[in-house]
Amino acid sequence: MTYILKPKVRHPGLPTNALGLTARDYEGAMSTLCAGCGHDSVTAAVIQAVFELDLPPHRVAKLSGIGCSSKTPTYFLGQAHGFNAVHGRMPAIAAGASAANRDLIYLGVSGDGDSLSIGLGHLCHAIRRNVRMLYLIENNGVYGLTKGQFSASADVGTRSKRGEENRQEPIDPIHLALTLGVSFAARGFSGDKVHLVPILKAALQHDGFALVDVISPCVAFNDHVGSTKSYLHTREHAQLAVLADFIPPAAEITASVEPGGVRSVTMHDGSTIQFRQVPDGYDPTNRESVENYVRERQRAGEVAMGLLYVEPGSVEMNENLGTVDRPLCELPYEELCPGSARLEEIQLQYR
Amino acid sequence: MRPTDVSDPQYYHRVVDCQWGCPAHTNVPEYIRLVAQGRFTEAYLLNRKSNVFPGILGRTCDRPCEPACRRTRLDGEPVAICRLKRVAADLRDDELMRAHLPQIPEAKNGKRILCIGAGSASLTVANDLLPLGYEVTIYEKLARAGGLMWNNIPQFRLPPRVLDEEIGMILDMGVDLRSNHPVESLASVLDEGWDAIFIGSGAPRGKELDLPGRHDTDRIHIGIDWLQSIAFGHIDSIEPRVLVIGVGNTAMDCCRSAKRLGATDVKVMARRSRPHFKASPWELEDAEEELVEVIENYSPRRFIVEDGVLTGMEFDIVEWYEQDGRSRSRTLDTVTIPCDAVIVAIGQEAAFPWIEKDIGIELDRWGNPVVDRTTFQTTRDGVFVGGDAAWGPENIIWAVEHGHQAAISIDRYCQSQPLDDRPAYGMNLVSQKMGMHEWSYGNDYDAAQRARMTHVGLEERLATLEVEVELGFDAKQTLREAARCLNCDVQTDFTDELCIECDACVDVCPVNCLTIAPDGEEDEVRLNLTAPALNSDQALFASGPLPQTARLMLKDEDLCIHCGLCAERCPTAAWDMGKFDLLIPYAGLLPGHDHTPRGPALPILNPTVPTLVSSAAGGAA
Repeated sequence: MTYILKPKVRHPGLPTNALGLTARDYEGAMSTLCAGCGHDSVTAAVIQAVFELDLPPHRVAKLSGIGCSSKTPTYFLGQAHGFNAVHGRMPAIAAGASAANRDLIYLGVSGDGDSLSIGLGHLCHAIRRNVRMLYLIENNGVYGLTKGQFSASADVGTRSKRGEENRQEPIDPIHLALTLGVSFAARGFSGDKVHLVPILKAALQHDGFALVDVISPCVAFNDHVGSTKSYLHTREHAQLAVLADFIPPAAEITASVEPGGVRSVTMHDGSTIQFRQVPDGYDPTNRESVENYVRERQRAGEVAMGLLYVEPGSVEMNENLGTVDRPLCELPYEELCPGSARLEEIQLQYR
Repeated sequence: MRPTDVSDPQYYHRVVDCQWGCPAHTNVPEYIRLVAQGRFTEAYLLNRKSNVFPGILGRTCDRPCEPACRRTRLDGEPVAICRLKRVAADLRDDELMRAHLPQIPEAKNGKRILCIGAGSASLTVANDLLPLGYEVTIYEKLARAGGLMWNNIPQFRLPPRVLDEEIGMILDMGVDLRSNHPVESLASVLDEGWDAIFIGSGAPRGKELDLPGRHDTDRIHIGIDWLQSIAFGHIDSIEPRVLVIGVGNTAMDCCRSAKRLGATDVKVMARRSRPHFKASPWELEDAEEELVEVIENYSPRRFIVEDGVLTGMEFDIVEWYEQDGRSRSRTLDTVTIPCDAVIVAIGQEAAFPWIEKDIGIELDRWGNPVVDRTTFQTTRDGVFVGGDAAWGPENIIWAVEHGHQAAISIDRYCQSQPLDDRPAYGMNLVSQKMGMHEWSYGNDYDAAQRARMTHVGLEERLATLEVEVELGFDAKQTLREAARCLNCDVQTDFTDELCIECDACVDVCPVNCLTIAPDGEEDEVRLNLTAPALNSDQALFASGPLPQTARLMLKDEDLCIHCGLCAERCPTAAWDMGKFDLLIPYAGLLPGHDHTPRGPALPILNPTVPTLVSSAAGGAA
């Protein structure tokens, strides 16, 4: 953290988006995380993504649980809605919020502790329900707030700052999510915003649960030699498997398309994800092939990165359940609460 | 790109825009901090070291530092550097200050130096050479020392008290001043056997406006001569309707003086439109505040003199246009403007009728001596020229720098050392880190707008010549204005090997200065940064290849506000904030010499001087 706030003065030549806002208008409060924390870079990537998507800040709802990662929504989109849930319960809150108001853009930030330990059950159900949201896991393999114990995502053989070796199998959120039928799965690295920002943009536009696992090194407790989630180790072992560009609906497709191996996936709103680079025989819309690939890379000691899987025909929770189209807060009172006579009628159906 | 060599003092020097822009390279940010801390005497001494006349310059400097100020590029207005200098001069402890002036040795080194003309250049030469044991004599044409500073700058801008103090400080070092001593022949002066001669005779000849009627009346004055006559007390009134021809700073002094000598209707006549005016914007502003009318695009044709009486002037109203890349004018109309007096202020030049052609000093086709840009020596060994006499009119701060450089040359000449081998600049860079998040300088950005100078009311100021128009900053204005300074001398200092490329600095930088990117050609790299670096006047810092990815850390120096957040957010201290101190060579240093100060070291004076702080806390000063 720092004693001065980031000064409001900005570069006079900063670009503005369709709303007339600069990227700086999407910032939040000053970070109080450790200097060099990967999470701050993820924050910067989120700011860049929402800026590029021209999202109106007041239409975004930020949700988080507990942990270093869960502090970060404070540091971006200062004018958005926010909900800081009980440890691990953010996915449930998100599902409820989405049911009540399907028009908001839900942006959940969690960590490996919040999502893969205490909140694992809730995460599973949010994936199952296909809640329409971006679900970010800022994954650093340790419990930073409690001084660096291994988390559920710590790899076998990784060493803690004090030298102990982890012997328990990690939970890989990508495997887990694919198994549970996730409709969008991607992995990024906080130290590589060039590839993280397009992933976040695609995830924010995805019509369903978009899981983005971001390797985000803990500079205080997990950035040493022997750690498998340090900046250096991640850089050396990251396998940028899938390169994808997100192309909004109105934009002209100008990305240079390399012949062979390139395919586009059209999203529900008409935007496309253009895969520029995928491994031979890899199909980003085929769950099994992706699962196999990710597992294979993991066995080779590599971390597969990129927009790994997307389900083009994803049906999100509200649509699937046939809930009312409009947000509950916009329904006239008579519709929202049709009265005791109607309640009687409904109850009669169950007798 | 090649990794930036930050061990070259000129790299960081260039980042300190004000210091780089100042001909004498005054350490502006450091003295502004001293002023803010109430350490006025130290601020004054620091100024004096490089610009010699802080009180005079704090009022009259042409301030090349201000247009250069980085703050201008962020919020449109520079820090009021010049007026903060004046605060240091006004509030210094004179006795304490004098105790720290350079010591003059009793034993002389046997070298006798002559300066011709007692203006700012010659006085600077004396200031630099006397502490080294030289004997300095100055021949001055007029009755007193100061040159243009006293005979051309009106009292309402520069009170005689300030002038006398600062000139006195140098004269008191033991200058042998011979006033009323015009030089008629350089050859005879050369025969007097000086070890070196410095010509600092200025540009004392006002340009003529030879139009019909010019010599048919005595109501047409040459600006600088007229101002000089006022300074001498020979002129104390002027007719009611005055036209000033020309729109430079001398014209501004003329029109404002005329207003004080009884003129009721003063018009400044300009041949061109405002963007082409030579006057500094603030001087123009001050003149217009005093209800001087500025008329653009009027080109003088002739003076109208009827029966020996000046009744007006005829002008062409012109329109300017571009043709073949040159600016041309066409006449739209011809008009007569009635007036009772005209002051011609269209420039001035040096004049050397007193330099003989056969004494080994090469003169150019205008009759001016040919002077070496580095050594300030003429084609005759041991004869040097500086100030306006060298290459025509500039301003005081340039004359001071010429004086410093000429003093280096004179010293080297007298010590039989080659003149071209100049003593080198040096630098210090000292970390400002005080703790986890603490710096020994105020690193926060203050969004305050530039403080406005308070002026004496119009009626009071126009009543006499003596009332100084500017009141100077009060305590509140001083503190506010000092806080606007971005401390550009506190440099972002990067160590390649420590960087882990976490992006923290890039993300936190409020003005998007930083980028980690692959190497490339600078022109290309400049366009692909976090924010494009379009100002090619400003350097682009490039590190060596970073340890993890071999990419480069790049920093566009253009808009850095030196807030230190990059260093605060850096987990490995790859970034640090280091205070840069440019070690400027003066006379008496050998090339490669360590920059031991010539005078006694500047002590930490009483840092609890409470004048400014207490009055600020107590409300208006």
